[in-house]
Amino acid sequence: MLSPAWTLLAGEGPFFVTYTHQMEEPGNLEISIKNTTGKPANGNRFLGITTEFEYGVKAWWTTEVYVEGQTTSGDSTLFTGFRWENRFRVLEREHWINPVLYLEFEDTNAADRSLLEVVGFDRQDDLTGPNAIARREKDREIEAKLILSSHVKGWTIAENFIAEKNVRHAPYEFGYAVGASRPLALAARPEDCRFCPENFQAGLELYGGLGTHQSFGLSGTSHYLAPTLAWSLPDGPTFTVSPGFGLTGQSAGFLLRFGVSYEIAQFGRLWRKRS
Amino acid sequence: MSRLKVASCFLAMTAIELPAAHKPPLQRAPIEAMSRANPFEARPPQEQSAADQAGHKLFERECSGCHGKQAQGSAWAPALASPVVKQAPAGAIFWVLRNGSLRSGMPSFAHLPEPQRWQIVTYLKNLK
Repeated sequence: MLSPAWTLLAGEGPFFVTYTHQMEEPGNLEISIKNTTGKPANGNRFLGITTEFEYGVKAWWTTEVYVEGQTTSGDSTLFTGFRWENRFRVLEREHWINPVLYLEFEDTNAADRSLLEVVGFDRQDDLTGPNAIARREKDREIEAKLILSSHVKGWTIAENFIAEKNVRHAPYEFGYAVGASRPLALAARPEDCRFCPENFQAGLELYGGLGTHQSFGLSGTSHYLAPTLAWSLPDGPTFTVSPGFGLTGQSAGFLLRFGVSYEIAQFGRLWRKRS
Repeated sequence: MSRLKVASCFLAMTAIELPAAHKPPLQRAPIEAMSRANPFEARPPQEQSAADQAGHKLFERECSGCHGKQAQGSAWAPALASPVVKQAPAGAIFWVLRNGSLRSGMPSFAHLPEPQRWQIVTYLKNLK
């Protein structure tokens, strides 16, 4: 029998975009559904749906596969592609700042609305246009991130530097994500409870594009500020919600992200034992 | 700073961590970490008991997947209901929770706030 584990602080805490140095436990499988909805100024409301399978290969290596799709009001519903990412913890021990290297291959199309990161000159106009045309534009990209993060007095503080390149053509695109979060209580209560403050984590994310190698900087880029809240049920799933506010004219005015994740403890080992 | 210097820094930090890697995790804790006292030990008995119960709850959620519901251990993780853990300094157990033992497959639990890690230590020290 597979035993479910309580996901007190799932993979990336309450964040949708920012990664911390917390790795998936070896053998554990976390399944998440992350949704993003928004309405660009000159387009229809969309809902990007991402299903994520995160597996702890080693204590220092986590691998994830994402399957993505979207539906747009007054248009269509379609599969938009997949991603495969790997995260490697560089240092064996915990330090005041902890680096993790991230490498991803993505095979999506321009109709993708997952918005798992913002890079280069990504803007709200990219979220408009008919799906039938956007799906023809293939985005096969390699993405690298340097993840730096720390745990300080109950706070988790993380900074991500992102570089992305289409495998077929220039340019290199850059982006960033920073976040801070904290559980509502640092000590756990002795009794089992669903609404104990330690079951909730609140945080704030800031993320956006930094242009390209030809034109690096903040000018003409999108940026978002997003409060986040996660609620973990004992022996159950973690629910996460994050309203994001566009900070520049290129950003979509408002994005609402919401998700649910569930972790299966020792999935890999029990699977091997059975077969 | 040149790329060479950055690479050298990473290599140096990794090299510092290597020599102690072959020891069992509890013996790898530095002396200053071992000497850290469990803040819940100085509390009144009622609060200590509450910390023990909270630690039990956290243990079931965070640790029992590998170490077993009764901390009896499994094919891939050692028993924690053992004299070794019972006699270990509280600070050493806390250090292992913070750093993990990546080579032997134990992840870091530094994402848990310090009071929660001390609650787990309280529970482990009181295990019979």
